[in-house]
Amino acid sequence: MGWTDYRFDADQLSLRRDETKQATLPAATAAIITDNMTLIDLANPTRFLTLTARLLPWLAALTAILLLAGLYQSAVAPDDYQQGATVKIMFIHVPNAWLSMFVWGVMSLAALGTLVWRHPLADVAAKAAAPIGAAFTFLALVTGSLWGRPMWGTYWEWDARLTSVLILFLMYLGLIALWRAVEDPARAARAAAILTLVGAINLPIIKFSVDWWNTLHQPASVIRLGGPTLDRAFLIPLLVMAAAFSLLFATLHLAAMRNEILRRRVRALQMIQARQRPA
Amino acid sequence: MSLGPYASFIVTSYLLVTVVVLVLIAWIAIDYRRQKQRLRELDASGVVRRSGRSAAEVQ
Repeated sequence: MGWTDYRFDADQLSLRRDETKQATLPAATAAIITDNMTLIDLANPTRFLTLTARLLPWLAALTAILLLAGLYQSAVAPDDYQQGATVKIMFIHVPNAWLSMFVWGVMSLAALGTLVWRHPLADVAAKAAAPIGAAFTFLALVTGSLWGRPMWGTYWEWDARLTSVLILFLMYLGLIALWRAVEDPARAARAAAILTLVGAINLPIIKFSVDWWNTLHQPASVIRLGGPTLDRAFLIPLLVMAAAFSLLFATLHLAAMRNEILRRRVRALQMIQARQRPA
Repeated sequence: MSLGPYASFIVTSYLLVTVVVLVLIAWIAIDYRRQKQRLRELDASGVVRRSGRSAAEVQ
């Protein structure tokens, strides 16, 4: 069974247990199927909505606490001997830059889920993540520019790191446009999944651009072999903010996935309604 | 806390991040309400899910 088999399922967009088929199977096979039902159940959007309703308030609260702690630590962090107080921009620029790539990584896994495993929630996850990833990438670019002007003397430089992140941002916009342009969710899902996997080639280019080319952008100072080169006074607020933004992504992503499931349920019900109308 | 000569760059960065995050939160919250409203309207028009449950039943 593939994604196309579920697209008109107004109820769950998910696998349905065929109890009668299972009843005719040999006991051993039936037992295996029963064990696997736990995994299949995870693909059930109705169960996902229940889980999301339970998780979201806790995630939102934890995100708010971590954001407040991170902002406080950023505020009291000392000035850097070279950057001065502009080092505070790094506490928001770096988490957004990390997440811009991480979200595309999540979307790439979801793309595999769509193309290989045909997981009913895979395309929902990818589509819900794209606008959030685009927002993080936009913030990484703009905060980087705002840091670059006083430190480099320019808002923008066409170096490998900045250009590859700009390409990532454009790819996010392209994917969002693709999902909006194709009306049939199943066709849009496959096209978007292929485009996402092709776009994933850009992730190592972004990461290693500062090593492969001579760039104005400085090399990695946190995620690198040999450990971080940052002083603890800067590393701790940076990591707290990174954790806060990661939780923010998790919260927003779950909420956006919930919305996408409801949107597809609305679409399926509207199609049922259209079929029921007398000609 | 003194932000030095580049205070405007720092404040603009933090304000921009705040605005974009708030817009994201508001967009997702409004979208959720819109979808629930559509489901309620479908429920009122008598469309029933294949499970037989109400259209407006979110979970």
